[in-house]
Amino acid sequence: MSDNTQSTLKLSGLEPLIVTSLSNFVNIGERTNVTGSRAFLRMIKEGDFEAALAVARDQVEGGAQIIDINMDEGMIDGKEAMVKFLNLIASEPDISRVPIMIDSSKWEIIEAGLKCIQGKGVVNSISLKEGEENFISQAKKVKRYGAAVIVMAFDEKGQADSYERRIEICKRSYDILVDVVHFAKEDIIFDPNIFPVATGMEEHNNNAVDFFRATKWIRENLPGAHVSGGVSNVSFSFRGNDKMREAMHSAFLYHAIQNGMDMGIVNPAMLEVYSDIDKELLIFVEDVLLNRRPDATERLLEYAETVKGDGKKREIDLSWRNVPVNERLAHALVKGIVEFIDEDVEECRHQFSRPIEVIEGPLMDGMNIVGDLFGSGKMFLPQVVKSARVMKKAVAYLLPFIEAEKDGVRSFSGKVLMATVKGDVHDIGKNIVGVVLGCNNYEVIDLGVMVPFDKIIQTAIDEKVDVIGLSGLITPSLDEMVTMAKEMERANLTIPLMIGGATTSKVHTAVKIEQNYTKGQTVHVLDASRAVTVVESLLGQKKDAFVEELKVEYTRVREHHEKHRGAKQLLSLEEARKNKFAINWKQEDCIQPAKLGLTKFEDYPIAELADYIDWTPFFQTWELHGRFPNILTDEVVGNEATKLYADAQQMLKQIIDQKWLKAKAVVGLFPANSVGDDIEIYSNESPKTILNIQHSLRQQTKKAEGQPNIALSDFIAPKDSEVEDYIGGFVVTTGLGMEEHIVRFEKDHDDYNSILIKALADRLAEAFAEKLHEIVRTDLWGYARNEQLSNSELIKESYVGIRPAPGYPACPDHTEKIGLFELLNATELTGVSLTESLAMMPTSSVSGWYFAHKEAKYFGLGKITEEQIADIAARKNSTFEKMERWLSSVIH
Amino acid sequence: MKTIQELLKTRILILDGAMGTMIQRHKLEEEDFRKGWFENHDKSLKGNNDLLSLTRPEIIKEIHRKYFEAGADIAETNTFSGTWIAQADYGLEKYVYDINFQSAKIAKEVAAEFTALNPDKPRFVAGSIGPTNRTASISPDVNDPGFRGISFDELVDAYKDQVNALMDGGVDLLLVETVFDTLNAKAALYAIDVVFEERKVQIPIMVSGTITDQSGRTLTGQTTEAFLISMSHMPLLTIGLNCALGASMMRPYLQILNQKASFGVSAHPNAGLPNEFGKYDETPEIMAVQIKEFLDEGLVNIIGGCCGTTPEHIKAIADLAKNYQPRTII
Repeated sequence: MSDNTQSTLKLSGLEPLIVTSLSNFVNIGERTNVTGSRAFLRMIKEGDFEAALAVARDQVEGGAQIIDINMDEGMIDGKEAMVKFLNLIASEPDISRVPIMIDSSKWEIIEAGLKCIQGKGVVNSISLKEGEENFISQAKKVKRYGAAVIVMAFDEKGQADSYERRIEICKRSYDILVDVVHFAKEDIIFDPNIFPVATGMEEHNNNAVDFFRATKWIRENLPGAHVSGGVSNVSFSFRGNDKMREAMHSAFLYHAIQNGMDMGIVNPAMLEVYSDIDKELLIFVEDVLLNRRPDATERLLEYAETVKGDGKKREIDLSWRNVPVNERLAHALVKGIVEFIDEDVEECRHQFSRPIEVIEGPLMDGMNIVGDLFGSGKMFLPQVVKSARVMKKAVAYLLPFIEAEKDGVRSFSGKVLMATVKGDVHDIGKNIVGVVLGCNNYEVIDLGVMVPFDKIIQTAIDEKVDVIGLSGLITPSLDEMVTMAKEMERANLTIPLMIGGATTSKVHTAVKIEQNYTKGQTVHVLDASRAVTVVESLLGQKKDAFVEELKVEYTRVREHHEKHRGAKQLLSLEEARKNKFAINWKQEDCIQPAKLGLTKFEDYPIAELADYIDWTPFFQTWELHGRFPNILTDEVVGNEATKLYADAQQMLKQIIDQKWLKAKAVVGLFPANSVGDDIEIYSNESPKTILNIQHSLRQQTKKAEGQPNIALSDFIAPKDSEVEDYIGGFVVTTGLGMEEHIVRFEKDHDDYNSILIKALADRLAEAFAEKLHEIVRTDLWGYARNEQLSNSELIKESYVGIRPAPGYPACPDHTEKIGLFELLNATELTGVSLTESLAMMPTSSVSGWYFAHKEAKYFGLGKITEEQIADIAARKNSTFEKMERWLSSVIH
Repeated sequence: MKTIQELLKTRILILDGAMGTMIQRHKLEEEDFRKGWFENHDKSLKGNNDLLSLTRPEIIKEIHRKYFEAGADIAETNTFSGTWIAQADYGLEKYVYDINFQSAKIAKEVAAEFTALNPDKPRFVAGSIGPTNRTASISPDVNDPGFRGISFDELVDAYKDQVNALMDGGVDLLLVETVFDTLNAKAALYAIDVVFEERKVQIPIMVSGTITDQSGRTLTGQTTEAFLISMSHMPLLTIGLNCALGASMMRPYLQILNQKASFGVSAHPNAGLPNEFGKYDETPEIMAVQIKEFLDEGLVNIIGGCCGTTPEHIKAIADLAKNYQPRTII
């Protein structure tokens, strides 16, 4: 009488869900997932569980047969949210009638969830990632709690990305589950990893085929087991083009189901009916999915360009070519299309008596539209930079004609001088501001990077500029800006001074810069989007009122700062040292590095770094704010972020394939002990000699009871503890080779790609630093040989040990870089050098120290007293004045 | 001697009837519940029937004896409320071990007497594991549906204590019964699995749910089949239904278990529904007629009685069941 065939998966909520070989594909609802739905995340964050329940109810009513619930988000207590939501669902029969899928990467959240559901749910997921022991223990518990389980094709070596690895891991997992844990075969569901296709990366071409084959193999060789997966992954490279994605999902599902996939996480709203897919599109999609021809991706991408969101294939829309030429120019500028710009400008030139009128007329009209759209938040920075490229090309075309006339002078709204200050080499932000100002009819004179103050002042006088804009990223640049203000005062200038860059702030500008330049006005500019407004105000008719307002505002900021400073209590250095971060030093916690001394990395493959990129800061560079990958689907900036991401991916591929950039690094691991707040670094021979002394700074802010005043030296065993401890140092760069491409782009007036490659190289440098740290942890030093972390875990820094960088919060003292570079012979081995302000050249470089102790953690130094400045000056054989200048930004 | 698994294939086994109904016949007073154990306890103990295994063991043994005489193969221990959660109302959490151990021990003594008399009909003792008086899936506070009066971990802890004591006392099988909240029962199965692993011993498990009304669902809303699926992760001896409804109303849900379960199926219904005085009216004859339908349809492997049933009911059922083949277990 029983229908208990071997492969029947039986689940339950209040009602049963039976999955047999004859069942239709089981659709798992995906919207109650904080990692996949911004709306749901917001509800959970705001504690609006009523709305969250409505989402769940909606899904069940909409046909979801299982609901996947995920509360993995750094900003919420995932366990608490999971328990609360499941408890609430239990009292909603119209939701709890279906089985629950408890989705988390954290076992403790999964276990907490299992304790809340009376039905037989599904755990999503467990894997061999952390080894067999962990896998067995978790599987045993899942069985005890009476749930089915999704097993990810993931093992100690990583996520399966080929057919062979998929079946190897699934087979191994299955055998352990069946033979060791005695898990019911039919309760095992494999997720053999759906990865994107058509990414442009050749190694991704077979991703779908590998999934199909692995699915078929599992169903044929692992009796009872089921196959599931997150389908939307496959179309990742078409984010923003729903029509393409819908077609891809449905074609993918069609083949996956043919091969035996019987359940999956699919957004029903993002699914085209297979038979309704345009026949031509289907061929292109299936060529890609089935990897049927080498140019499949290119063909699909080409096709995708022609498909609008509404899904009707269209010819490339060239209707705008039929409108009058000035409208065409405006269109090209707003849309950033360079294709027809030369012919349009040429046509337009004949309609005006003088070539300059083309710029002052239609081109500026177009740029005004761009400026207005940007100003009102309807266009975003990447688009504006593309518009600028069109404008620059148009102007370049006209220039010879203008010069052929005697008085062919273009009238600008004003002249702005831009420069990155002496000692600093960072210029992405400065270039963006230049582009934005250029778009708004300002003439921009860009003096580049590392510009000494006398050159800036002389140029300003010679060129009769209206505004000077200074930029800088590292903290010593702040001091250089103060010098600049004093020098402008001395030169009797009255030109307004704009301050911008990552470490600058309104407070610093008000407290340290503004009052040094009384003859002109200083103003801090928060980001590129404010630059135009500020310049307009400084040069416009209402200048006096604007300046008056600024003076009042900055005076208020100074007073507030002074009051705040008085209120803040700092400890004496002695008190702070007494309250150090105390570690109970044991020799076994200080693991000797497997390879002491220097290790050099020549030409590290960039392809391996791509996966380690933290994309969120990349978007911040472009003033697109939001976390990756959610930013790609953001309601406001999602479209632009997606386009930018696609461009970045394309360039990344060129960087890799055509070896545009070279990655080099050096790592050094040495014996070390702390002596007070200093760290002595020794040679690896006996008797030990001191190679270098690192001087750390100690927090002096008065802490709450039980909270220590930390210095980095606290993380290294004291000499008198007689524990042998170690420290590491590193320098990485990915900026070698970038210059020639920047020159090439700028020659083509292509600021967009010029900024893009810099931003990408910066991200690659950070990725390299992350990858190198992993190599150090798991191999060179080897104190964490068994760690297995995903990229997001890496970004969250959930590993043992830290890698603080000189110039950053834990050690703001840039001068420590000198010793670090000497110790590692870094300039010779990596090609990275230090400027007089101790910025690294090329810019896409990262340096820092490695601390391996399990209690080592990141912290911010905060403010310190002059007492400590004097102390560190003595320790470093320097002078109070020198150290005061280097550390001015942290002195109380 | 044959194991219970072997016997289950050859005939329908008879479970005993109500314990509470039989205890009521003795018209016991407060002092009977205290005798020798809780003389000076500060709370009233009358009605805490599980204590009688300690204070009046001869009464409990006599009840077991009567059911065995009536033809029962399996007696349930007098431990329906033998968890610290249920005993907390009486302030007797720390006597949970004694209650379960002694209840198992005396039931086993009586069973051994009967097995000795007729080794062809071995008698078994099932450790009775009730649902506790708290529910893990429902909030006791209507204004705060996310709140819970008991946690899964607390239930596991309580059930582990009970299972260990029952096994120390020698029970032959465990009966998780009157399941109105499947999550409580999942905690019981979790505890049993842990105890089995710790003791490196496994004994058969019976699970019996309670369908509370004619919608065919448990108190916490599960259908019979969903309940079955939620309990199927352990290799059970039987899954079944008890209490709440009388035999005739239980039949449609037994049919579902019969169709779907890969385990044995058990039923121990009440003697009808309670009347306005809280008594159960169905005579042994009336109940036997309804049970006959179960047997005609071949729905069960184990049959017995719950609230309101007496040795007379069990005798009527046993006499009837003798003539039937048990349900085939796939």
